[in-house]
Amino acid sequence: MKWLIDSDTSKLEFVREVEEESGIKIFACYQCSKCSAGCPIAFEMDYLPNQIIRMAQLGMKERVLASRTIWLCAGCETCTTRCPREVDLAAVMDALRIIALREKVKPSERDVQLFNKIFLSTVRKYGRVFEGEMIGRFNISSGHLFKDIFKAPKLLKRGRLKIFPALTDVKKMKDIFKGTEDI
Amino acid sequence: MKYAYFPGCSLHSTALDYDESARAVAKALDVELVEVPDWTCCGASPAHVTNTFLSLSLPLKNLQSAEKISRQMVVFCAACYSRFKFAEKSLAENQIKEKIKKIINLEDIPEVKTRHFLDILINEIGLENVQNRKKQDLKGIKVACYYGCLLIRPPKVAEFDDPEQPSCLDNLVEILGAVPVSWPYKNECCGASLSLSRTDIVLKLTNDILQDASEAGAECLVVACPLCQANLELRQKDINKKYRKDFSLPVFYFTQLLGLALGIDKKSLGLHRAMVSGDFLLKEKGIA
Repeated sequence: MKWLIDSDTSKLEFVREVEEESGIKIFACYQCSKCSAGCPIAFEMDYLPNQIIRMAQLGMKERVLASRTIWLCAGCETCTTRCPREVDLAAVMDALRIIALREKVKPSERDVQLFNKIFLSTVRKYGRVFEGEMIGRFNISSGHLFKDIFKAPKLLKRGRLKIFPALTDVKKMKDIFKGTEDI
Repeated sequence: MKYAYFPGCSLHSTALDYDESARAVAKALDVELVEVPDWTCCGASPAHVTNTFLSLSLPLKNLQSAEKISRQMVVFCAACYSRFKFAEKSLAENQIKEKIKKIINLEDIPEVKTRHFLDILINEIGLENVQNRKKQDLKGIKVACYYGCLLIRPPKVAEFDDPEQPSCLDNLVEILGAVPVSWPYKNECCGASLSLSRTDIVLKLTNDILQDASEAGAECLVVACPLCQANLELRQKDINKKYRKDFSLPVFYFTQLLGLALGIDKKSLGLHRAMVSGDFLLKEKGIA
């Protein structure tokens, strides 16, 4: 891969944005690649975790935010645990996703973000996760209509799936969601 | 000992057996668990990848309710545990504390410490004490103890076991009479948060984990997280289909094996709710 790096592409503003959102000094990274060596999802990523950090250091905002990597990170914390420079990569990945959402960049892993959105909307509505509705809505929105539905009867029989949501503290939940969105 | 108990969403649905066995075991060990009133979701992964304030406010709301019961709150789900510990750390150091207090209308941050039940078991009750109460030996059943991620990582947050060579589950099953197998995949990720959105990735990761456990000679797995359990057990049939395997490895919660050793009946431990039944294995070993 050949990228042109000039004074224009190495904008420090993006670095500041990432550091502010994550609370992590990304220039501490010296590219040892230990994070990528231990990453369980690396095989599916378009850029390895250490490459994402390097690109972020160089201010390559568009490419980073459009990557599949930032959505595929499972948050397993292996990289964060092993980094010799205490770069909390899992926190940086969170920050990159948050920035991508804020700037309305289309997520390269559509279903991952779709799931997150539907998960939070059921929590907002009922106070707790309601799997039945969550999976139904996810399947319809993602187009994978029959995904996992054959598990439902077996789970119902074993009492491992609820038919009705457990409405809990709904007003307070609504206030919290509203309050955090307004910041 | 009286603790506030935060079950979390999974323990009231797909992991009902974890909730049942957790309560049964706590009772047998004279630990009083009082459910946090009006508890709500901790936000799990979707919250912290979407909005930092939301990911801290949701745990904090629950800690506020827990404070009415005890200064210590027990969780069994590794993912909830992680979210509460993250909140605890961030709110102690960060300037966002003031903003969060406004969002949930708080005067002070509740002083409640979150602990995983394994931590209580080892550091409060003590394994020796557990061993003294043993009524049934686990008769050399070979167990692969699977720690996954959030129970042990990152160590600054999870705090109670080694992130690379964890041993708490191994030590526990050993005193119960089981044989923990040595296997390198004990702390590999199962892909939890991608379970619905990128099931293909999860199937690859869990296939590798089950393969490694199986090669190490394990007859079953033991876990301390409902998401690990769902990926390894609920999806075992899918793994077999995709990778042409014939895994039939029961995935127990540590509370279920502990419960059996304490002489609690199988039904109270929710063992009948398993998709990959452990009945055959337990019968074969002569564990009632």
